[in-house]
Amino acid sequence: MQGRLWRRGHLGSDAERATFRALHQASLASPALREGLTTSSAERAIRHLRSLLGTPALAITDTEAVLAWDGVGGHHLDQAAVVGLLAIEKGSTRTVDRGQLGCTEPGCPVRTGVVSPLIVDGRVLGTVQAFSPSPTAGLVRATEEVAQWVSGQLELAELDAHRNRMIEAEVRALRAQISPHFVYNSLNAIASFVRTDPDRARDLLVEFADFTRYSFRRHGEFTTLAEELNSIERYLLLEQARFGDRLRVTLNVAPEVLPVVVPFLCIQPLVENAVRHGLEGADQIGLLTINAHDRGHEAVIEVEDNGVGEDPERVRRALAGDSSLDSVGLGNVDARLRTTFGDDYGLVVETAPGAGTKVIVRVPKFAPGVAVDGVRG
Amino acid sequence: MNTEAVPGLVAVLAVTVATVAIGTWGLRFSRTTSDFFVASRTVRPGLNASAIGGEYLSAASFLGIAGLLLVGGADMLWYPVGWTAGYLVLLVLVAAPLRRSGAYTLPDFAEARLGSAWVRAASSLLVVGVGWLYLVPQFKGAGITLESAIGAPEWVGPVIVGLVVLVNVMSGGMRSITFVQAFQYWLKLTAILVPAMVLLVVWWGDGRPAGSSAGDAWSVPVAGDGSIGLYSTYSLIIALFLGTMGLPHVVVRFYTNPDGRGARRTTLAVLALLGLFYVWPPVYAALGRVYGDDLVSDGHADVLVLELPRLMVEGIGGELLTGLVTAGAFAAFLSTASGLAIAVSGVLTQDVTSRLVGERGTRDPGGSIATAFRLAAAVAVVVPLLVALVVGEVGVAESVGLAFAVAASTFCPLLVLGIWWRGLTDAGALAGLAAGGLGAGGAAVLNLAGVNASGWTGALLAQPAAWSVPLAFAVMVLVSLATASRAPAHAQRFLVRLHTPETLGAERS
Repeated sequence: MQGRLWRRGHLGSDAERATFRALHQASLASPALREGLTTSSAERAIRHLRSLLGTPALAITDTEAVLAWDGVGGHHLDQAAVVGLLAIEKGSTRTVDRGQLGCTEPGCPVRTGVVSPLIVDGRVLGTVQAFSPSPTAGLVRATEEVAQWVSGQLELAELDAHRNRMIEAEVRALRAQISPHFVYNSLNAIASFVRTDPDRARDLLVEFADFTRYSFRRHGEFTTLAEELNSIERYLLLEQARFGDRLRVTLNVAPEVLPVVVPFLCIQPLVENAVRHGLEGADQIGLLTINAHDRGHEAVIEVEDNGVGEDPERVRRALAGDSSLDSVGLGNVDARLRTTFGDDYGLVVETAPGAGTKVIVRVPKFAPGVAVDGVRG
Repeated sequence: MNTEAVPGLVAVLAVTVATVAIGTWGLRFSRTTSDFFVASRTVRPGLNASAIGGEYLSAASFLGIAGLLLVGGADMLWYPVGWTAGYLVLLVLVAAPLRRSGAYTLPDFAEARLGSAWVRAASSLLVVGVGWLYLVPQFKGAGITLESAIGAPEWVGPVIVGLVVLVNVMSGGMRSITFVQAFQYWLKLTAILVPAMVLLVVWWGDGRPAGSSAGDAWSVPVAGDGSIGLYSTYSLIIALFLGTMGLPHVVVRFYTNPDGRGARRTTLAVLALLGLFYVWPPVYAALGRVYGDDLVSDGHADVLVLELPRLMVEGIGGELLTGLVTAGAFAAFLSTASGLAIAVSGVLTQDVTSRLVGERGTRDPGGSIATAFRLAAAVAVVVPLLVALVVGEVGVAESVGLAFAVAASTFCPLLVLGIWWRGLTDAGALAGLAAGGLGAGGAAVLNLAGVNASGWTGALLAQPAAWSVPLAFAVMVLVSLATASRAPAHAQRFLVRLHTPETLGAERS
């Protein structure tokens, strides 16, 4: 690496190159640390951290044991766990001298050490320990900085974990999101048919039961497009029982895309939004179109209404996760599609005030780790 | 051009128009229907099987077999037998687990099973290779057909079919519309069955004459030349039996089935439909022994199916029958070439062009995907088209046989071991694909380049499957055993998913 940079020759002074090298090593260590502090992440990151510090040996511990050791002097492993406890107790950087390390092996460079704690949100998660033949103030300072940087990365890892947990919680919320109004209105609509058309009332009740069973389903992160559309059909039947001719639905589905695997409840919230938008205008007829096309290795699903439309800027904010807007489902569906299939597969919303709304979902027919029974791997 | 050309020309035009029209009409049809429970109607096995049959029955089936039988005799019956029996192997070993894996293409399966980008890349490369090897004879066959039907120069056919396919694929008109491909199967069956019936009646009326030169050699089901002939026959059988499961345009159709059980039923129906079709080419060959000796001496055996009606029936009747078989032949090129072009360009889009286009940083992902697909489609069609125009005389069925040999030497071991053996590793798969691909693929390229060796060397090159398939299996198993520590951690779970019926869904998770 060094030689190659030298030959290029225009990367600036020695100091600038040193900065570049340090940043590069840090960026190499970062992806592993972003997974949190575990044995495997520590093992992958420690090599880069040691070359950042330039010490003969480096250790990373959690609050109980050594997670990884890189460099010479592996026989000090047990002591590292002990001196780690010291720094964890005090919560600040400690130095360790010859006496504490007590090495009998000739030529072992592990004579003194610097132990610096990893602190996230005021909690000590572990330590970084740098060992060298003799103590220097520079090493103390550098170890402290590295420990702080690692702490920063671990903090980001916790944020990632939080975000994932939040998305999961939102899915659970979506499942339970069948609005009380919908339940009330559906039951009322069904009640109105009980005398006049008992058969229809019975059918609607069955649809209602099946709809709730699907929506309250507990297991599985994914489902097939066929199942999702079935549930949507039931939902629309119930809405039509209530609104009659005010709601007109066209469903146009290519049978080839029905087996496609999609995140659970990723289309239904879009349909609920469309129904609401389409019926917002007091006396107009709500036209709802749901299309699913086959596009080779992808399926394209479009949900379109003829409602009042929306300011594109507000939609952009809803997609960015602004929950003050009433399209709660939109941001959630978008986020889940992106985490499942990658950033290329976010929602596309075509809308303008007074021009209706069209939401387009693209789904790949195959994505590694995506299967109906929820087995990821 | 003379008056003889008229029925052929009309037939070609009619098939093209009908194909495009059904694509459009099929689309309209679904548009005006607001049938509420359309979603619960997945594609039924019967319809899907017709679609697979429509895509599968290529120029080699429609034209090639009859010609081969006419010249080579009964040992060539292994072509139709093998092309059908391949689905039996597919049914028993692969169909249901492949569907349950959730894979859409063969590279998808490789990635899902082994979790390796390298194996995926190798599989993509092979899909493109097999697809092109299969497309070349389709274009060649189109040249022969138009030459015979309307007297056009030989390059006209490939260019026309190439253009029609390209326009179709790019506009999305024919893209994976199950209905269109199913129509193609029934069109082809009609086009070969009705003339055959009429010709049989004519033959009966002529007093059932026996063939002039139907000697003993013609009716022996093994190629001549002693042990070499025996080798060639068995090698061909291996290639055809095991190659079907590795055909890219067949595999993508299985995704349309709702579950593993549906995949099995579809395969069973395909077996029946193909059996029904493949009865008829041998009838043409047998009648050709009686009426078409000139074709053998001219070396135009490939056009037997097209010429026979004209040779046996005088006047307008013969012309009508000629028009019908021409329509069937043209449908064969269109549907198979479209299916292959779609499969190849799908893989090219996923693994090559979408990255190229994506790097340019377009803001609209949907638009850039469409661009990437068009680019891929152009590459997928133009390359084999050029090869078809450049290479000399190639037998239509033989070169399709080579595509089968490559598929059998690469994807067959990958699928069979991937589905039935948990010890397969990425390194093993990669080594096996390389061994089989280089072996069989190298032989195929030498064949297309016109290298003609004699004796054992020639036989080993012309029919590589008997050595390249065991080689690929052996390499895959041995390298996997040597790198056992690299076996993917999820292999066990994945195999459980592949082999558990969906009805046990609750226990699967």
